[in-house]
Amino acid sequence: MSQQRNIPSPSKSVENVAFWAAANEGKLMVPRCKDTGKFFWYPRNISPYTLSGNVEWVEASGKGTIYTYSIMRRADPNYAIAYVTLEEGVTMMTNIVDCDFDALSIGQSVELAFFDTEEGQKVPVFKPAS
Amino acid sequence: MSINGKAYIAGIYEHPTRKADDKSVAQLHAEVAAGALADAGISKDDVDGYFCAGDAPGLGPLSMIEYMGLQNVRHMDATDVGGSSYVLHIGHAAAAIAMGKCNVALVTLAGRPRAEGMATGTKPRDYGAAPDVPFEFIYGPTVVNMYAMAAQRHMHEFGTTSEQLAWIKVAASHHAQHNPHAMLRDVVTVEDVVSSPMISDPLHRLDCCVISDGGGAFIIVSEEIAKNLKRDCVKVMGHGEAPKNLNAGNVDLTFTGARWSGPIAFEEAGVTPADMDYASIYDSFTITVLETLEDLGFCEVGQGGKFVSDGNLISGQGKLPFNTDGGGLCSNHPINRGGLTKVLEAVRQLRDEAHPAVQVKNCQLALAHGTGGSIGTRMGSSTVILGRADA
Repeated sequence: MSQQRNIPSPSKSVENVAFWAAANEGKLMVPRCKDTGKFFWYPRNISPYTLSGNVEWVEASGKGTIYTYSIMRRADPNYAIAYVTLEEGVTMMTNIVDCDFDALSIGQSVELAFFDTEEGQKVPVFKPAS
Repeated sequence: MSINGKAYIAGIYEHPTRKADDKSVAQLHAEVAAGALADAGISKDDVDGYFCAGDAPGLGPLSMIEYMGLQNVRHMDATDVGGSSYVLHIGHAAAAIAMGKCNVALVTLAGRPRAEGMATGTKPRDYGAAPDVPFEFIYGPTVVNMYAMAAQRHMHEFGTTSEQLAWIKVAASHHAQHNPHAMLRDVVTVEDVVSSPMISDPLHRLDCCVISDGGGAFIIVSEEIAKNLKRDCVKVMGHGEAPKNLNAGNVDLTFTGARWSGPIAFEEAGVTPADMDYASIYDSFTITVLETLEDLGFCEVGQGGKFVSDGNLISGQGKLPFNTDGGGLCSNHPINRGGLTKVLEAVRQLRDEAHPAVQVKNCQLALAHGTGGSIGTRMGSSTVILGRADA
């Protein structure tokens, strides 16, 4: 198991504060365009499909697969950055934690976890599926 | 309506410095401007259009026009799409000239990340108060691991190998040995590249470009002015530009915006990839070149690894001589924005003024491509087709 990089707390805005409040309750919320029924990422209050504010928030299942990843070897400690495709269909940047970096692979199943930042904000990360 | 033949590159200059401890950013901009004007044989008072991007200090054109004492500017453009900006500026300048908005456009780039000790590639980079930043910056995206993730996916989908990527650096190093200003002049082998330290899987140190100070400039003029200059002028034949992004979470890192900017440029110029005698391809990393070559149509998508192998990009050996100054991989990458220097070497090739060891014989048509931002996620792409005045 790798030593964990210290993830900083995200910058908050009026547009994303609800997302981060839900994260503190252990929920990964994914926005869905109500006009088209399609999920999108990253979270915002305007649908990139229709440019309307007709957006709802849906709690993600927490299951996903690794689309791509890289181990940052020049950082101390090393860390795994990745794009993970959620079961809902959208692909998001994250870190893969609690894993053997050398055993990661594209297509690998991962599951949602939360990292507690020093500022007390929980942020979504992923670990290999159990 | 087209810009083909409406504008010409009349003068170029590349700053010889690679570390500018004793010069300010504004001073570097002014020095490259003076160099390009002298090359063209044009006075600064003739400049009536000024183009710059995010590397210019202060309020961009408003600050630099005052610093340089440009008195007759009537057209300004500070479009900033990262390292692709300056290739895009050629298209915008040519359009402005075609519309009569200006006749002599100056484009400058300069900076000093080395002198300022910037951890260009390995420090997590944000893009200010952009709405996407809170959802990515916390996870430690750096320039190098963003490109590494593209390379990793390209390898997964197409079987591209580290050895194939290494050939791109090998070719650049063959060219750089002839450039006295290049930071890395030693010829390297595939083995040298793949055995260099891993920075972010699968990119090794030698898959990465250099970090350098310096800059460059060029002058774009109307056809009428070009005819009356003594200097060989290079014709602007076509230009395309395109944004590419996260696409609402439908991420695909295996291709670049060149897939869209390239065809626009080729169509405007009335030529095809097969017609190109030389190509300057943005080379922040080896993977940048490989994906861009595929997207511009020099080979089939997924076949970039085979295309770049066995010296195919080496001048005098391969089918597509590229970055004959050594490019960003070996020569320089001023202020982490390599688009402008791509244009300079294309102009040298078309003027028959590249180093004799790398000069393409009878070079009639050339392409320059710029990439900005980060590959596949928030990138600017711009392509220009340039030709000899009689092309």
